[in-house]
Amino acid sequence: MSTLLRTPLFENVKAAGARFVPFGGWEMPVQFQGIQAEHDHVRTAAGLFDVSHMGEIEIKGPGALEAVNRLITNDLAAIVDGQALYTCLCRPDGGIVDDLVVYRFAEDHIFICCNASNRAKDFAWIQENLRGVTARDRSDEFAQLALQGPMAVEVVQRFASIDLSPIKRYHFAVGQVCGASVIFSRTGYTGEDGFELYLSPVDAPRVFDALIGEPEVKPIGLGARDTLRLEMKYALYGNDIDDTTTPLEAGLGWVVKLDKADFIGRDALVAQKAAGLTRRLVGFEMVGRAPARHDYPVVDAAGATIGRVTSGSFSPTLKKNIGLAYVPVGQDKLGSTLNVQIRDRAEPAVVVKTPFVVR
Amino acid sequence: MSSPSDLRYTEDHEWARLEADGTITVGITHHAQDALGDVVFVDLPKVGRALAPKGTFGVVESVKTVSDLYAPCGGEVVAVNDALAQTPELVNQDCYGQGWIVRIRPSGADALAELLDAAAYDAHVGGQSH
Repeated sequence: MSTLLRTPLFENVKAAGARFVPFGGWEMPVQFQGIQAEHDHVRTAAGLFDVSHMGEIEIKGPGALEAVNRLITNDLAAIVDGQALYTCLCRPDGGIVDDLVVYRFAEDHIFICCNASNRAKDFAWIQENLRGVTARDRSDEFAQLALQGPMAVEVVQRFASIDLSPIKRYHFAVGQVCGASVIFSRTGYTGEDGFELYLSPVDAPRVFDALIGEPEVKPIGLGARDTLRLEMKYALYGNDIDDTTTPLEAGLGWVVKLDKADFIGRDALVAQKAAGLTRRLVGFEMVGRAPARHDYPVVDAAGATIGRVTSGSFSPTLKKNIGLAYVPVGQDKLGSTLNVQIRDRAEPAVVVKTPFVVR
Repeated sequence: MSSPSDLRYTEDHEWARLEADGTITVGITHHAQDALGDVVFVDLPKVGRALAPKGTFGVVESVKTVSDLYAPCGGEVVAVNDALAQTPELVNQDCYGQGWIVRIRPSGADALAELLDAAAYDAHVGGQSH
């Protein structure tokens, strides 16, 4: 346990009643009052997440935008300063190094939020492939809080130095929260409205305590974060996507801009698109009561493995067992029946429309 | 909280109660259901299935966790709690009562002799949480 990292908010979330688990090398809160209750709270009020384990990488200098744009599948030239985008970072073969949120402060100032477990890999990859500018791993200089839910924006506003209403979805602004410098990013991983706040590890504890003191706010663990994101079909790196899957297979074609200037992985993705996909990540619902889980095989009538469940859980909103799986093209159509191998039996599932929950 | 003194316990957090007819009712402990969180599915064995001592006989799943169930003694499954198929949350709400899981007819005499008593189980759980 001593090798696990702790966020600057460890004592705060512990005092809020957290039960901890190891996650990506960090000792993180998995739940407080219970996943179902926490999930419902985010869908109906406002939930506070400590996501300080996420990595932050900054690229500054002339040509920063073009240099980063050559590494990512989405297009930084298509957004404006003060806007952010979701993107994949791909290998030359189209496999996904990581999925990122990239912030465009200015043409010479780009800020990246990456997955905690990929921080070292991403930074090495970016340093190796970035041309003309340098990247800095600033992860240790930032804590990150997410306040998510239909009441989140009004709660953050109470402590904000600026009017937050002009900040649209996937936009951001710099200001102060509780007097502390912060990036207000109107983004999240739950499907709800809200903000992700990047701030100093020194300031984060008192901001956490201020937000948690509001009547609408409860602390939320990684357990509910996972069920919330799964209901939206937001990919979880290491489960649904990884170095061996491409954005096109994962249904992330909307963040792949093949018509922009060249980027790493473009040729492979163009070729894959031209040849046609052989498998696709689909959403499914189990017919019976047994949940499908990560890594369960998808089998054909003869019992042969034809695919793999990448995420699976009970959906607290739908009260059904939902999941994501890679299946062969041809069996990815809405309404197709799949069979998921659960212990000693094949259980039926139906391919359904995603997101599972419409917000 | 102390575990009920009239039950015996496994180190894997099942409880076992010797009934008047010689069968043994089995469930999971308060500590186990609390650690699992909201139970959403219990995979029950078929009535008539033979169980080896400490063999797995089913699965309890919470929203995020899959946990095997271990037989406290060898024997035959003579009843399962069918109510759990529709209301698995009984395991959370009443783990020593309506949330029972299976009833076993033990194959040997004194089937519970090797299990922990409440004090030993509570010490086991207390030791684990550090």
